[in-house]
Parts: sequence; C-alpha cells; structure tokens
Amino acid sequence: MLSEGGSFIKGVVLGGLFCLVVSLLSSFSSVTESNTDDHHHHHVKAASKDELKHFSDGQLLELNNRIQVYCIIMVQPKNLVYWATTLDTWSKHCDKPVFYTSEASKALEAIDLNEKDDWSRLRKALTHAYKNAGDLRWFFLAQPTTFAIIENLKYLVLTKDPEEPFYLGRAVKSGELEYVEYDGGIVLSYEALKRLVQVFQDEEKCPEKGRALWKLSEDKQLAVCLKYTGVFAENGEDTNGKGLFNTKSVDSLIQDSMRDNPTDVVEGCCSDLAVTFNGMSPNQMQVMMFGVYRLRPYGHDFHDLLTFYPPEGSDND
Amino acid sequence: MFFASKPWRSNLKTVLHPTGERDNKTGNDTRILCWIMTGPKNLETRTKHVKETWAKRCDKVLFMSSVKTDFPTVELNVSEGRDNLYWKTIRALQYIHQHHLDEADWFLKADDDTFVVLENLHHILSRHDPEKPFYLGRRFMPFIRQGYMSGGAGYVLSKEALRRFVKGFSTGECTHFSSIEDMALGKCLETMKVEPADSRDEHGRQTFHPYPPDYYIVRQPSRPRPWYLIYDHYAPVEGPGCCSDFVISFHYIYAVQQYVLEYLTYHLRPYGYKYRFKPDEKAQVNKTENINLL
Repeated sequence: MLSEGGSFIKGVVLGGLFCLVVSLLSSFSSVTESNTDDHHHHHVKAASKDELKHFSDGQLLELNNRIQVYCIIMVQPKNLVYWATTLDTWSKHCDKPVFYTSEASKALEAIDLNEKDDWSRLRKALTHAYKNAGDLRWFFLAQPTTFAIIENLKYLVLTKDPEEPFYLGRAVKSGELEYVEYDGGIVLSYEALKRLVQVFQDEEKCPEKGRALWKLSEDKQLAVCLKYTGVFAENGEDTNGKGLFNTKSVDSLIQDSMRDNPTDVVEGCCSDLAVTFNGMSPNQMQVMMFGVYRLRPYGHDFHDLLTFYPPEGSDND
Repeated sequence: MFFASKPWRSNLKTVLHPTGERDNKTGNDTRILCWIMTGPKNLETRTKHVKETWAKRCDKVLFMSSVKTDFPTVELNVSEGRDNLYWKTIRALQYIHQHHLDEADWFLKADDDTFVVLENLHHILSRHDPEKPFYLGRRFMPFIRQGYMSGGAGYVLSKEALRRFVKGFSTGECTHFSSIEDMALGKCLETMKVEPADSRDEHGRQTFHPYPPDYYIVRQPSRPRPWYLIYDHYAPVEGPGCCSDFVISFHYIYAVQQYVLEYLTYHLRPYGYKYRFKPDEKAQVNKTENINLL
C-alpha cells in the first residue's frame, strides 16, 4: 500500500517539477506568446500607383484627409540649434508637432518632462502622446538631428490601418533582435503605441529603469518591449523595395553610391520618396527644406494621387 | 515611378519621356548650347560628374580645354590658368561661332564646378528673342556702366550677342584689355550694344548663383551685405527669399554635390505637395527693379 502511494507521490512531484522547469525555461526565451495580430512581414511597402487606382476618388480623398501625424520630437537644451532648426523646418509639416525636452529652456517652449534618463524620458513622451492623441492615429518619433518629409510618411502608411500594430522605419538586426533605428525616425500606429503604453506597466517585460545591466539603447529597448506585445519592427520601403528611412545624410549616401554605382549614382542611391535623413548640420537642414519643398525643374508634373498643402505662415517651403 | 524622374526639356504641359528624347513641342526657339570651361586636371574629378548629370540636358555640349581628348574635349590654343581665362573665353566663343552657330539659339557658359537646371533656363529664355542682342546671368554692378554677369554663376548669350562679340574682336572694337573674364566680356558686350537682361523670377528672386545654396538660403539676422553679395546689381535678399524655386545655377559645386543637387532637383520630392510658387497662375506680384545703391 505504502509503496504504491509513494510512487504516485513521486510521480506527482516529478511531474510538478518538470512543469515548473519547463515554464521557467519558456519565460527566459525572447519569443512571445503567439498572438493572432502578429506582423511577421519584416517590410512594409508604399502602395503602388496600380494599387491606388483601385480606390475611388472619394475614398482616396478620405484617406488623404484622415491621415494625420503626431510628431514626437525629443529635444534637449544642449541641442538648441537643432531644436530651433527642426522647429523652423520639417516639423511644420506634422499635423501636430510636439517637442518634449529633458529640461526647460529659456529660449524655446516644449513639454518639460524633467527627466535626465533617456529611456525614462522616452517612455514619458510616448505615454503623453498616446493620452493626447485626439483623432491622430500615426506617431512619428524623432530627434531634431533627423530630417523628415512627412508627406512621404503619409504616402507610405496611406492604405495601412492604424488599428493594426505598425512599427516602421529603418529596421536592422542585432543578434536576434530586430529593431527600428532611432536615427532614421520611428513610426508607430495607434495600436502599436497603445500596446506599448500598456506594456510600460509591466516591470518585468519592460522595466522603467531599462535594462541597466546591458545598457541597451532606447531604440533596442523599445523593440524588446514591443516584441512582448506581438509588435515587430518592419522596414519601410518604396514600391521598388528601396528603404525610405535613412540614418545617413544625403551627402553620405551619394558618396556611398559613387563608390558602389559609379555609372548610375543617383538612381542607385536613395528613394525619390525618402522619408528621413540623418546627420546633417542645421544649415544643411535649411538647404534641405529648399531642396525638398521648392527646388525643381519647371514643367515637370507628377500627377500624384494625393494632395498636401503647404503649412500656414511658413516662408521656407 | 522611374520615368517621372528622367525627363529633361519638358514642355509647359507635362510631357514625360522615358528616355532623353527631345520634346519638339515647344513653340519657342530655345536650343541651348552649353560650353563648359575645364582643363585636363579636372576631367576625372569634376567634369566627369557634370557630364553624368546636368550636361545631358544641353541640346549641345562642348567641353573647352587646352588639350584635345576623347572625353571629348575641344582644344583651344590657350594654356590653363587664371591669367588666360579671358583668352580662353574669347577663343571658345570664336570656336563656337565658327563651328556651331546654327546648332543653337542660346549659348550658356559654365564652369566644371557649376550646376545648371536646364529646364529653368529654358523657362527664363522663353521670354526673349535669340535674334536680339541680350545676355543673362547674375548681374553685378561695379566697373562697367551697365554692369556685367558673374562668370562663376554662368551666363547665357543670345545668338545675336554671340555674333556681336565675335565681330567686336574682328573689328578691334573689343580687345583683351584685362584677364578678368566676366568683367572684360561685360565691357565688350556693352561696347557692342548687347543688353543685360533681368534673370530674376516673377517674384524678383535670383536664379543664377555664384556660390552654393547654403551661402544664400540660411537665415541671417539683418546685416550689411556680406562680401559675396557686395557686387549684386539687384538688392540681394538673404534667407529663403534669396532664390527662385526655379533656380538656374549654383557654383563651387564639386563631385558629390553635383549628384546631391541632381537628386534634390530631379528626384527627391514630397509626394502630392502643392508648391507655393505657381508662376503660371494669375495675380502674381510685380517685381521691382531694385538697383541697389551701396
């Protein structure tokens, strides 16, 4: 009698131990629980002209007007010239440009998060943006050292549903982790931001003080947190598969192309509908404003299917 | 997508060609011959990139040098060097007059470090008759009563202006009195009664620029004219009002920058954007002749 009972109990104990070990092991793996809303595409392309032709004029107009971008621009007083330049240039094309600073500046206004830690500050900014989104459903996170063309961002996400989790930009891999590089700008749909803000509450998955041991950069931290919610980094591309988000300047990319495609430098370089560039000086950003929004050859018309108007009260675009 | 960035020489009404075909629909005579001042030392480092970019849009292009090569370059019997610049110009114009006069209506001079937007040049030239004695460029005030055009920014002579220049040298009305090419040319043209035309756009903004864009576009506090704007005939504006959307030229543009400007002008654009400056629409501001008194 006793030996039967004894084996039974051993069985239960062993079984229990086994389950415990398995569940402990699976919690260390970086793969999330399966989620039917996963995007495993890895790249997101802008809609082609043919695809857009399937929409009626009325539908296109609605999409055109509905797409609004909330720009989350992370500034610091020590970067004042870039801050001022961004304020005077590309941020004017955001439907809602909001500057979030680490500490107040006497020269320029911003939402003072009063936070020196980069990761904590980013969390606060994202949370604030989510809470103040209003009707806006697309979020563009950037530093003032990045130059963005918001019209091209709108074109990229035109037919994408912001109730789906999108996390786009220049997607790169570091070991097993695929993340969007901060320097190229980070695009989040409303659903992605919603999940992110929720997972901020989870100290295990997404600790507030960051993964201090490994000192992960904010963009990697973001990717880790998002991954727990089933949101994956995707590379933003044009209809030809060219990356739209650049972490380098135009000069730098052209130089690379001169080396790699000497007989076809410009064609082999960047997309005509690029969304971001990075690493330009404040003066170069002013020149970019002219180069993007004004400089053109007389007589070339593109018959684009969308319409975006110049912002009010601006003289450099 | 590809074709939208390729066309050159488009007509007002949007004709997009997949290749570099000439659009024969323009009613105006605006064939442009580009002659580019260069030398053997610069072919690989500068001229090559000009040839790969904007020079393709010239109806005819000639690379003027002291040595004949398969680049191809034209050999003018003049040595390289700043002191010979005006001789080189004189010989170049005589050469063009002798061999290529009927191939074009307008004759653009550029350096191997100039970037030119040919379509915008066509647009400005369409206001003028090439059989009249005109020349255009970035007008400078000093030394010559009617002023002269900056050499660095590039300048354009009408066919009649070219004829008169060459005639001036054959009759002795014009001489090599100085090696300062742009000023000396301006003197000869004044003597031969060639008029300087206003190359600014419908808003009075400059189209020809003797320096790169950052010299002009970057916002500046109100200040007296910096040295590079001292010679301007029309009162220069600093900041975004400096320059026309339909820029014709920038200067001191080397290698990488040639391609950068090509990319910014012909490729990179904001999708769907309705540009502010629409010169074809009515009710434009009248520009005033801003002759500046220093």
